[in-house]
Amino acid sequence: MSRITRFAARDPGPAARISGFMAHLRDNGLKLGVHETATAMRALSMVEAADPPEARLALKAVCAGSADEAARFDDLFDAYWRNDGRVRQKVVREEAATERQHTRSSQTAEEPQSARRGTTQSPEDGRDDGENATDGTARLIASRARNLMTKDLRELVSPQEIAAAETVARRLAAAIRDRRSRRRRAARKGEVIDFRRTVRLSLATGGEPLALPRRQRPERAVRLTVLCDVSGSMTAYARVFLAFVAGLIRGERTADAYLFHTKLVRITEALRDDDPLRALNRLTLMAEGFGGGSKIAANLDRFAHTYARQFVNGRSVVVVLSDGYDTDPPELMGQALQGLKRRGCRIVWLNPLAGWKGYEPIARGMAAARPHLDLFAPANTLASLAALESELARI
Amino acid sequence: MSNPTPNDWRALGESFADKGYIASPDLAMALFIALKLGRPLLLEGAAGVGKTEVARTLALVKDTRLIRLQCYEGLDAAHAIYEWNYQRQLLAIRAAAEGGETGRSVEQRIFSEEFLLQRPLLEAIRQETPPVLLIDEIDRADEEFEAYLLEVLSDFQITVPELGTITARSIPHVILTSNGTRDLSDALRRRCLYAHVDFPSRESELRILAARHPEVEPALARQIVGFVQSLRKEDLEKTPGVAEMLDFAAALAGLGINDLSADPAVLQATLATLLKTQVDRASVPTEVAQRLAGKAS
Repeated sequence: MSRITRFAARDPGPAARISGFMAHLRDNGLKLGVHETATAMRALSMVEAADPPEARLALKAVCAGSADEAARFDDLFDAYWRNDGRVRQKVVREEAATERQHTRSSQTAEEPQSARRGTTQSPEDGRDDGENATDGTARLIASRARNLMTKDLRELVSPQEIAAAETVARRLAAAIRDRRSRRRRAARKGEVIDFRRTVRLSLATGGEPLALPRRQRPERAVRLTVLCDVSGSMTAYARVFLAFVAGLIRGERTADAYLFHTKLVRITEALRDDDPLRALNRLTLMAEGFGGGSKIAANLDRFAHTYARQFVNGRSVVVVLSDGYDTDPPELMGQALQGLKRRGCRIVWLNPLAGWKGYEPIARGMAAARPHLDLFAPANTLASLAALESELARI
Repeated sequence: MSNPTPNDWRALGESFADKGYIASPDLAMALFIALKLGRPLLLEGAAGVGKTEVARTLALVKDTRLIRLQCYEGLDAAHAIYEWNYQRQLLAIRAAAEGGETGRSVEQRIFSEEFLLQRPLLEAIRQETPPVLLIDEIDRADEEFEAYLLEVLSDFQITVPELGTITARSIPHVILTSNGTRDLSDALRRRCLYAHVDFPSRESELRILAARHPEVEPALARQIVGFVQSLRKEDLEKTPGVAEMLDFAAALAGLGINDLSADPAVLQATLATLLKTQVDRASVPTEVAQRLAGKAS
């Protein structure tokens, strides 16, 4: 590959080149405004801008805003300034354009796309899918195999369902409040005296603090973290739960969500997309292996050791949506939940199976899990989730 | 008087090295631009990589004060910016009432600077020479505070309703650190320059050790750094940071050890400086420690 910059022949000047670079970064998802372009120019004027490594460091300090962006920056820099970027940039644009087309109207655009999708899928897969989706009653579907076939989640969940789930999710999130805030606000009744207002009021009474205004700890929202099991045995309930998860993430800014089957994937970023349909598109790409076997304990353990360290604290409520049908031994389940509990969070387990008690593999796993749970309840429809509001308010 | 910023980012990196902090090129450049542009610098990275130390060293390099604001959940204006000295105010009102002072003049007196308790943010903008303002673990403070901080960091002025607006005498060098326990707002990220601080490479860590503990023999230093670096690759609850490595080196030097793998019992005992939880201690038994020490030497 040639390492010569292409714009040498008709160079519009360094300012244009920098703003071109900023546009390139924006195309690749970095959040940069006009202000950053000006800052980048000023930063470059302070270093040897002609020396690529130096310019790279300077631009990195200005443009990268998170660990992820800092890690990607070097590649983006090379892609633009070293002329490797032509192809990549085009691909990104094209993708964005097609996505936009699809989102313009939800109905008409959806049809041809799912039709196209259908041809790439094996026929057995489609039939299997429809069978499970119509089955609403609680029943157990065991699947131990690691199924790496990508199923299309858009066939399972519609944007309308997400909107309905959003309302339920919002109400549930509002039901769980945290009463352990350290910050205090002025209030009519409270345990602590508001000194500032006391002094102010005592001026009128010659220094005698007759009126004693109070301060109180306000109730604040908790952080909801949802771990949704999408293994084969859960396929029948995936529709409800995925809509619920999507609704929750889109309704609550602080919520966090993960899918697991044999692997664990964080889906929060994907679901925050402005367009519900595109969010599902992205989710489909991430749910690789959807419908395969389940390793609940292993995934909970991995969660406790990785994401939980960063995203779960004493103000979190971790909601596990799973039938508890685990291929791992039950002892692991207890250990994993204990590890997670150490983060100071509360754990809620919602199981779609009401009649699991007689079924040994599940009973043992759930028995190991029970001591670590703050709430255990059955739920397999959106209505039953909504009914949990009062239960959740009590934890 | 504070020292001027060197005119070259490499020179800044060197003056940091003189004070015992080995900065990566990324960090040196980000610091340099932040100082030159007068913008806050946001440092992110795992606990123990030396983020707080950057601010301390900057204060040494600039020969100026370090003002530190430790963030925590529920941090509010009374602890971050200012608070009135209520006890003194109440006493002053009583004294004034006995002296026959009018209400109006008492009010003016007790809401004057004499009765104001400065907290770190207010203190930082009222210094004659620009201090280093360290806002530590910003991710622990709640979002309301983050929004307020944003306002202070862009205008460098603070409004006290009873006193009026206090404008900065000098613009402090602001360093924010975050352990990434929650996502910071985009607005705050955009306001700041950014550098991600990683655990130092083997070479950098050797230089850090040599700068801080010159009494440690080079051979032992290589062993210590090799040992700690491979320990970081183990699955631990709390990965040992640079400060822990320095404690470990100090402990070994204090015990007069020359070879890490010589005495397993001593090595196991000094691991107390590196492994701080029961589970971590249990996951590195003598055999594992010996294997890592053997690999390091």
